[in-house]
Amino acid sequence: MIAEIGHYALVLALGLALVQGSAPFWGAARHDAALMELARTTALGQFLCLTLAFGALIQAFASSDFSVRLVADNSYSGNPLIYKIAAAWGNHEGSLVLWVWILALYGAGVALFGRNLPAPFRARVLGVQALIGVGFIAFMLFTSNPFVRLDPAPPDGQGFNPILQDPALAAHPPMLYTGYVGLSMAYAFAIAALIEGRVDASWARWVRPWTLAAWCALSFGIALGSYWAYYELGWGGWWFWDPVENASFMPWLAATALLHSAIVVEKRASLKSWTILLAILAFSLSLLGTFLVRSGVLTSVHAFAIDPARGVFILALLAVAIGGSLLLYAWRAPRLQGGGLFAPISREGGLLLNNLLLATACATVFLGTLYPLLLEALGGPKISVGPPYFDATFAPLMVPLLAAVPVGAMLAWKRADLAGVLGRLKAAFALTALVALVGLVLTRGSGVLAAGGMALAAWVVAGSLIELAGRVQLFRLPLAQCWQRAQRLPRSAYSMTLAHIGLGVVIAGITASSAWRGEAILVMQPGDTASLAGYSFKLEGIADRQGPNYVARRATFIVTRDGRPVATLTPERRFYPVERQSTSEAGIDTGFWRDLYVVLGDPAEGAKAEAGAHAVRIYDNPLVMWIWGGVAIMGIAGLWSLTDRRHRVGAPAAARARMAAAAARA
Amino acid sequence: MRRLLYLIPVLVFAGVGIGLALGLTRDPSILPSALIGKAVPEFDLPPVEGLDRPGLSSADLKGQVVLVNVFASWCIPCRAEHPLLMRLAESGVPIYGINYKDKPGQIGAWLGELGDPFRRIGADQSGRIAIDWGVYGVPETFVIDAKGRIRQKFVGPLMPQDIDQTLLPMLAKLNG
Repeated sequence: MIAEIGHYALVLALGLALVQGSAPFWGAARHDAALMELARTTALGQFLCLTLAFGALIQAFASSDFSVRLVADNSYSGNPLIYKIAAAWGNHEGSLVLWVWILALYGAGVALFGRNLPAPFRARVLGVQALIGVGFIAFMLFTSNPFVRLDPAPPDGQGFNPILQDPALAAHPPMLYTGYVGLSMAYAFAIAALIEGRVDASWARWVRPWTLAAWCALSFGIALGSYWAYYELGWGGWWFWDPVENASFMPWLAATALLHSAIVVEKRASLKSWTILLAILAFSLSLLGTFLVRSGVLTSVHAFAIDPARGVFILALLAVAIGGSLLLYAWRAPRLQGGGLFAPISREGGLLLNNLLLATACATVFLGTLYPLLLEALGGPKISVGPPYFDATFAPLMVPLLAAVPVGAMLAWKRADLAGVLGRLKAAFALTALVALVGLVLTRGSGVLAAGGMALAAWVVAGSLIELAGRVQLFRLPLAQCWQRAQRLPRSAYSMTLAHIGLGVVIAGITASSAWRGEAILVMQPGDTASLAGYSFKLEGIADRQGPNYVARRATFIVTRDGRPVATLTPERRFYPVERQSTSEAGIDTGFWRDLYVVLGDPAEGAKAEAGAHAVRIYDNPLVMWIWGGVAIMGIAGLWSLTDRRHRVGAPAAARARMAAAAARA
Repeated sequence: MRRLLYLIPVLVFAGVGIGLALGLTRDPSILPSALIGKAVPEFDLPPVEGLDRPGLSSADLKGQVVLVNVFASWCIPCRAEHPLLMRLAESGVPIYGINYKDKPGQIGAWLGELGDPFRRIGADQSGRIAIDWGVYGVPETFVIDAKGRIRQKFVGPLMPQDIDQTLLPMLAKLNG
């Protein structure tokens, strides 16, 4: 019964989305307030229906209702509750429900909190949102219905992919989708602006918080996925330039560029049509990601069930959503003439450089991801583009970008004094040179690239701090006055500094963990000791144990340094009998300066097998946590900026309240 | 002229879209094998202990068109394709097996339960020979012509449509 209610709610949501995707446009064109208001009502109604559908799906999974085919295919009664629930979005159909539910959540957000938007504009934004919803709900109902029943119901389910049975992976899809789908807001704002033919400072002010929210979620989502890959896939790496990873990275790059260019639109009424294009592209890239994962054009760990009918449907959806919006862009964008002129050396110029580099980086990733696919489609050979391509093309683009970060943030609008800015960055230069020198000395001149990477990271962090210090006139004014200035600085200023520092931390983590990683692969039996990077790893013993829905073989390593105990690591190999799959759980001692990472491999063969010998891989990953720590800093900075007074929802109301309070005091 | 500039994004997308549409017509799980058209690698595998089937070596693969199926008792997709292999064997297609990283006792029970379509079975306990054959995972099925050359490779379980559309026409052609 619950599954039928869910199915019915989906159909109802489709009906509401159809109304929401048509009547408000008509209303906005005719200035019919009632029709425009309909956008809000239907958006809330659609959200309620999809909440019901999503709730029904979760209920079916949580209660292990195997008469629902999706549950029978993707769950198992003996799994812990959290993985029963996570299984609801760990598959193609269920993840689509999550997708449209988040879409409707954003729509409801605009309906409830978008009071500061002009009514026709809000109606159009919600209309565009609804059209996206129509596409995806129809896709679900016609090709991927999650509520199909199974008769007779099997006694138990097929199980849930064990490598996905992990807390980080349970949270990864909702986070990532909040990011992906959040970019639909920027897209809807861009389409509405193109329809109205008007892009101004207030447009940029509206679009920025939504983009920022999506960007934060996307950052957290990508970081969770990559952290999971690091500790679960058991080869110590954290990013593989896998097409599906790239599919989430491209929208992130575009959204990052959009965040920066929207500032120019807001402050200087320039780069308008470029910003609109970025908003369209950012969401188009997340749609493309959806296509790559679900159409079956790729084989990947991430790829969902392959079905050509689904591929054709999504491609049609892509053609309408991306092709249609780009046609609209080609038609309307030439009329958006920007105002503010600026010299090449200026804040605008710096942000433009940021955009050019990010867009080029995005195009590079795009090319590397799709080239093999397109080449094969055109009858060429089957090739794969791997990390060497991305390392060779992506890194060189990041160097000038990072070098420009502190400088750009300090340039004045319109026309700036580059020499003066570089002069104020003297201390950062000195620190950068010092880090480079220390790096070269420590590696005895062999680690030029690594020393350069660390120096760049130091440059970004130090430069960002100097920029902030400059704003509060630190060391120029008495401390009390600095403190006053610091209190008056908007939160967005702090969050910019924080985000850039986070970027520096990420770069340091990437550089150190890839350049100075230590690795030992060996066969060990209980009692053996291995040493790596000054640590000694003693294999105490290997024992089998029983988990809730798996059996595991667990090794215990005692890690010591100069005889002092450092950590006890317990890597495992788990076997999930229902799914008949094995997973590896790395034993990791996470630290600020380095991670010690041990993986238990296959049992040895031959003579040593009797003694319980196993293959063992040991890694020393310096600063690797800085990668995710840095992304977390960036994400937190984004959230912090969202609480800036300027963005706070209902700002006019708050201002009115303050005025009333002031009047009362007077 | 300037207006044309604004058309570039949609034109690029049209190109990508056409490429993706063509991409949809292909099956990404078809992996071209570098071994297709080449002679089978030299090998000599012992029989499975306790089973009365003879072992398998490259010499056995010359003289007639045969299938070589790489399988294991622990492999679930192998179980799925097994009835198809049984049917092929009953229709007279010679099928040889390479038993991949398996325990001798278990494979006997497995074949006893599901039926045995194999004329010969080589036991590849270390997985060494499978590497020479370029095996990605079990099951995989190879078509070997009378001269002992690999003519076709199926990755993953055989599907009824693979047999009807690819395998049987190919066998008919090779047996000419």
